[in-house]
Amino acid sequence: MDKVAINLTVNGRNRQALVPPRMLLSDFIRHELELPGTHVGCEHGVCGSCNVLVDGKAVRSCLMFAVQTDGARIGTIEGMGADGSLHPIQEAFWEEHGLQCGFCTPGMLVAATELLAEKPDPSEEEIREAISGNLCRCTGYEFIIKAIRSAAQKLREGNGAAQTESA
Amino acid sequence: MNIQSKPPVAAQKLDAETRIVGHDHVHDSASRHVRGQAVYIDDMPDLPGTLHCAPVLSNVAHGKILNIDFDKARASEGVVDVLLASDIPGKNEVAPIFADEPFLAEGKVEHVGQIVGLVVADTLAHALQAARKVVVDIEELTPCFDEAEAFEAQSRTLPDQHLKRGDAQQAIEAAARRLTGRVKMGGQDHFYLEAHTAHAFPGEAGDMTVWSSTQHPTEVQVHVAMLLGVKSHKVDVKCRRMGGAFGGKESQATIIAGLAALAAHATGQPCRFRMRRDDDMAATGKRHGYTINYDVGFDETGRIHGLKVEALAHSGHVADLTGPVIARTLTHLDNCYHIEHADFLGFAAKTNTVSNTAFRGFGGPQGMVAIEAIIDDIARSLGRDAQDIRAANYYGAETGSETPYGQSVFVGDELAHDNPLRNVIERVTSNARWDEKRTQIEAFNAKRGVLRKGLAMMPVKFGISFNLTTLNQGGALVHVYMDGSVHLNHGGTEMGQGLNTKVAQVVAEVFGIPLGDVQITPSDTGKVPNTSATAASSGSDLNGMAAFNAASEIKARMLDVACEHFDAMPSDIDFRDGQVVCGDRSISFGTLAKYCWMKRISLSAEGFYATPKIHWDGKTMKGRPFFYFTYGAAVAEVVIDTLTGENRCLSVDIVQDCGKSLNPVIDLGQIEGAFVQGMGWLTCEELWWDEKGRLRTVGPSTYKIPGSRDVPPVFNVELLENRPNPEETVYRSKAVGEPPLMLSIAVWLALRDAVSSLSGHRLAAALDAPATPERVLFAVEDMKERAGELI
Ligand code: FES
Ligand code: FES
Repeated sequence: MDKVAINLTVNGRNRQALVPPRMLLSDFIRHELELPGTHVGCEHGVCGSCNVLVDGKAVRSCLMFAVQTDGARIGTIEGMGADGSLHPIQEAFWEEHGLQCGFCTPGMLVAATELLAEKPDPSEEEIREAISGNLCRCTGYEFIIKAIRSAAQKLREGNGAAQTESA
Repeated sequence: MNIQSKPPVAAQKLDAETRIVGHDHVHDSASRHVRGQAVYIDDMPDLPGTLHCAPVLSNVAHGKILNIDFDKARASEGVVDVLLASDIPGKNEVAPIFADEPFLAEGKVEHVGQIVGLVVADTLAHALQAARKVVVDIEELTPCFDEAEAFEAQSRTLPDQHLKRGDAQQAIEAAARRLTGRVKMGGQDHFYLEAHTAHAFPGEAGDMTVWSSTQHPTEVQVHVAMLLGVKSHKVDVKCRRMGGAFGGKESQATIIAGLAALAAHATGQPCRFRMRRDDDMAATGKRHGYTINYDVGFDETGRIHGLKVEALAHSGHVADLTGPVIARTLTHLDNCYHIEHADFLGFAAKTNTVSNTAFRGFGGPQGMVAIEAIIDDIARSLGRDAQDIRAANYYGAETGSETPYGQSVFVGDELAHDNPLRNVIERVTSNARWDEKRTQIEAFNAKRGVLRKGLAMMPVKFGISFNLTTLNQGGALVHVYMDGSVHLNHGGTEMGQGLNTKVAQVVAEVFGIPLGDVQITPSDTGKVPNTSATAASSGSDLNGMAAFNAASEIKARMLDVACEHFDAMPSDIDFRDGQVVCGDRSISFGTLAKYCWMKRISLSAEGFYATPKIHWDGKTMKGRPFFYFTYGAAVAEVVIDTLTGENRCLSVDIVQDCGKSLNPVIDLGQIEGAFVQGMGWLTCEELWWDEKGRLRTVGPSTYKIPGSRDVPPVFNVELLENRPNPEETVYRSKAVGEPPLMLSIAVWLALRDAVSSLSGHRLAAALDAPATPERVLFAVEDMKERAGELI
């Protein structure tokens, strides 16, 4: 099949590409855009490792075709911090030990970004709900939840305005 | 200078006040993980000419291979090669212990998902497409899927193991009471988030470099060499990190790495092999399911007089690591209880399913599930609380303190004054407000509602060291550079557990330098050779101590130079905060390093450590296999819906003994993660094979691992305080990777308690593991039938 031209914004930068119609967004991001911070864990839309922001919404990039993102704004983990500094959510995951092997981390950060953009002061219930589509096999989620609470507080205290391009 | 005098591991050094060890430090890669910059093997960029592999899997459980037709696959777009067993230049052998365990099926297939061939193509998509076009013609033979059936047929993958003390048969017959029963438990998929992956690079003169997501680089090296028909020195295996492993990348990673190397060898180009999740789940090993039959004799107090057990392990099609897994089951069937007359048989059932392998706990959890079910059954039959039965049997002065395999449980004055087992139990029951909870739950259940609650306590004693004495060795390589920065390499692997952080802390502590001055480098068979798997919770015990030895050796040399410089005695000199201090004078650690170099003193050392005191006779199953024991206890409260079987764990309280923890926050994370993983095994994770032996739960959509809403909303974890390891371990710490997994048995016991409450606790619940809603519902129905009128 013929390749399709797409034009999109990735982490604030304009990108153009020719992609096969059936190329998954996850493969496009990892292999074509060379942004391997987006991980692929289950390849069928359940684990959430491959979460990215598409127009501010967390989506599973293993369930979307690259061509569907024509004209969209995409945010990946590599674009979260500004000018080399960490976004408060990243900072919180780092400081609060919100990870072990780190494989689920980029997806968790994306889920947390979406949550905190909508609810600056989420309850524990709401946090659990928001990351219920993100599997982590190493932690028991406790430190992740703590990290998201701490991130929420940092953001509320204006420790950094939402810096994520798409948030 | 006496060149024989390597610095001994002086006990006082391990007991000294520490500045870096014993404190919370974030995971060494955390800052890169949150940026998406921590590189996993599949993230490594392609070199020009990189090829991709896809496996051809058997869709028959048992049969003779008549023909493999790969013409269509070979002609398929982008295909460079199709590799079969006959293309292996060396030995088709991946067995970690025994033999006859092939990389690629040869002549026969023994489970659905067995790897028959490998397609190598320019892209992963092309490789996958072509793999589907390979036609494997198989004459089907009768399969066996059940361990009890295999036991009937006496079909095994390795010889039986038998652990005996006293005369169990006679003790059982002479006892006032006797019970027989059976417990079944399922296996578990590791579900590491990063599936198996390897990347092989052919070098000049037949060299091969393999980046492998493996817990055991040495085993990969040895088998790749055998596979290619070269010696080990031709192969270098590296691993910076894994995206989770849990035992699943101990022996199984070798298969993937070996095949990637075979492809690289055959094509002369770099080759990647990343398993798709469903292939990974179908083709690679899991935790052993078990059927455990028991016959127990006891008295009216619940004291066990004799216990006979047949532990039938679901080995799968080959032995793999089943032998040592069973050994650990048999040596953990006692858990915390003294059993004078014991007769434990371990049987490795050969089945036509994927080989079962190492998984966090390594057979220990299965043994403990069995003994706890037995305690529970005894309690119900006597109309007593299970806590009373436990109390009647705990290791101690009144009962005994020697395990059935002959190891003394207590060290020093632990028995008389500071019994660690009692400590964790008392602490956890008080933290959980046990009596109060019990009363509340009784009151709740007395309302006879649809919902019923259950409560249970689970004590854990877990032996630390590989059962096989040989494996208890660690290595490290430390360099100090002229600016005082340090390069650290050790024989362990990082799978998220924080091993690298802990070992770096040890090195920074010895040198008295900031943690950031220690550079952690990928595990590499070319730097630290002949390593053991990072397994058995022993990663920091072995490699931490080896790194301690290496750093101490360099420090001793540096101290000589410092003495000369300051014209002082060694005791006057202190290494701290990046400085070398003598009274009111000091130089930086880097300056001292430079002085050493100028004086032609070596600033590099390899460190080695072999665990002392241990010995084990695998034939008689006697000895002291474990350097020490760790202890922990958990209390869990659950609720079940008696109409649907749905259930929830409402709260858990945990107390875990980590000795003097190297890094408390990392240990807390290990405890929490292990508990949840164990809870998954016992409640929601069900491996389900169809009648053809096809695993139908090959992804997280059908195989349910715990999510953020499945974990107990009240989750209290505490490290037992002031408990330095009485044995001389690295800074008196204790291992933590596996033991807390078994604490989750509290949840399963609490579910049994909730079901049993329907009979007024007169009858034991007929509830196997995993206690899925379906099984809980069946157990409730069964209870209704047996109990007659419900309470
Ligand atoms: S990889 Fe996309 S959801 Fe798991
Ligand atoms: S940290 Fe390993 S999967 Fe979450």
